[in-house]
Amino acid sequence: MDLLGFARGWGLKIAIGVFCLGVVWRIVGFALLRIRRDFNKPRKSVMKYIAAGLLTAGSRSWPHREFIGRTGAGEALGYSYHMGLFAVVLLFTPHIVLLGSLFGFTWPGLPSSLITIISVLTLTLFLAVLFRRLTNRVMRLLSNFDDYFSWFITMLVLVTGLAATAHIGARYETLLAIHILSVDALLIWFPFGKLMHAFYIFPSRALNGALLARKGATS
Amino acid sequence: MIDSTTPQPTPEARVVGAMRGFAQEIGALSAFRLESCIHCGICADACHFYIATDDPQYTPIWKVEPFKQAYKRESSALAPLYRLFGLKREVTADQLAQWQHLLFDSCNMCGRCSLICPMGIDVAALIEQSRHAMFDAGLAPKALYEKAAHQQLTGQPETSAEPYRDQLLAIGAKFNVPIPLDKPEADVMLCVPRTDIEHYPSAVAALARVMQHLGVSCTFRSDGLIAENYGYFSGGKDWQRTISLRLIDQAIACKAKILLVPECGHAYTALRWEAADLYGKALPFKVLSVTEFMGEELKAGHLTLNKAVGGKATFHDPCQVVRKGGIVDAPRELMKAMGVDLHELENHGGFSFCCGGGGGVLDIEAAAPLRYRTMEIKLREIDDTGAETLITSCSDCRRTFDDAQEHFTWDKKPNSLLELVASNLAQVEPT
Repeated sequence: MDLLGFARGWGLKIAIGVFCLGVVWRIVGFALLRIRRDFNKPRKSVMKYIAAGLLTAGSRSWPHREFIGRTGAGEALGYSYHMGLFAVVLLFTPHIVLLGSLFGFTWPGLPSSLITIISVLTLTLFLAVLFRRLTNRVMRLLSNFDDYFSWFITMLVLVTGLAATAHIGARYETLLAIHILSVDALLIWFPFGKLMHAFYIFPSRALNGALLARKGATS
Repeated sequence: MIDSTTPQPTPEARVVGAMRGFAQEIGALSAFRLESCIHCGICADACHFYIATDDPQYTPIWKVEPFKQAYKRESSALAPLYRLFGLKREVTADQLAQWQHLLFDSCNMCGRCSLICPMGIDVAALIEQSRHAMFDAGLAPKALYEKAAHQQLTGQPETSAEPYRDQLLAIGAKFNVPIPLDKPEADVMLCVPRTDIEHYPSAVAALARVMQHLGVSCTFRSDGLIAENYGYFSGGKDWQRTISLRLIDQAIACKAKILLVPECGHAYTALRWEAADLYGKALPFKVLSVTEFMGEELKAGHLTLNKAVGGKATFHDPCQVVRKGGIVDAPRELMKAMGVDLHELENHGGFSFCCGGGGGVLDIEAAAPLRYRTMEIKLREIDDTGAETLITSCSDCRRTFDDAQEHFTWDKKPNSLLELVASNLAQVEPT
């Protein structure tokens, strides 16, 4: 079996297996802990605070007016590279073909040239994100191996993808194999680090938003 | 330097105690909150301690770092891996001792950080849980620990020259208002901040006067008089329960339909949002803040007020009542009814900055220099409104502002909303 065959064969299967089991393990790990009943009388009806939670799941993507002056630039940077990543992963035609073979349906993609531009922009934003993490005193204090490794492995996927598309540095098959191997590595790392926030973000916002709304508190 | 209680546990016992306390409390919800943090540091931008100092150690989520570390090492899904490969170190006694400053001196548990997190994490809830663990580790600050210990034993946070019951009656006599005390039955049970008894007796009289005006069947109870809960501040959950139960038992004994929390922010949180959990079942009465109670009475037409308040005024929203308690409109409706020319602070309502004294910080002497630095944000906002009068609805906030007035030789004196209502009660003409 050649490198490409392994990368998209057993390599990918193993990576998806670790990803799925790991994600389930991470979630089950805390979801099975004790859930305490709240006996304090809610200020709002159940439907109202559930609705408020769902609203918070979306609204927290945009900072409150009171905070935007201090956090707007950082959040814009954060959300921009996420949007870039989504565009590259979900709207690049070869990715759609691969995902289509897994899910059984496809969707329209963006032209390759546009994806290349988005990829380069996203790459630039990624570097800016790292620069910010290294220079912002709060972020530097909070950061650990997980933050840097998760950044590195996502960046690796982006760089190898760009190299494969642009045919830079080696034969296309080799570049593609390296790119898919980097994806395999990302999938394997995913459940062990902060990339799990992809699964947590909306439930976390909704849950905490609902619990605050239960008290009538600001959320 | 560690400010702690006697007898001092060994450092090892401290760690075991803290981790046990935290592990006992960690449920699915807290674990989810700890799991969700992406280390973006945005919560720092909501915290007045960080904004005032630019010191990253005051980042709210950093204040729970040892507990995050302990959770990941001891209870998370990946705990075996963390331990096997030594990826998360055990929390040390020295580390916990350092965190006393971060969890007590530099956090008002005001909850502003919970509004900014892009992951939606309620950071303030995690900090409260971490305080419980610190208490178990013997690392509650002395000032809070001693008051909590005294209160859980005697009902009073500290010894007073005269019992509070007697002082209450004396206040009634001085202000010429009847103090309903120890009635066997009443619709509303009243309690009082000891801050008011000692510093603002006029607020106690105001409460009695408003209740008299409304003609409500109400009573104070000698055995459940004090609203404050130092168990809540210090992190001593069992003591918090004992202190809350004293009020709950008295409210049940007098068959109260409402337990009315006076102008005391944290007392409202402790009784409205935590007491039933500590009681183990739903409370057989409603818990209302005096501000929302007066708001409801105003809306129902039972409370009529004179529109007699002149001059520009601004309102400081107590965090526990407004942001965390959801009582945003009632104070504004009351002020409107009194004709207050309200000029809102730049950050108001649910987004208001804490006065800096909440969460027991006002009681911690060592925290005073830092507290004054953070207060400057609030004082600047107040000055910027151009208001002549500052109104608030929490005795601890009021005391914090009074202290600021002295420290900064500031030109404003805080006024109680309750007292303002009491002095603007309209005489209803007999028909």
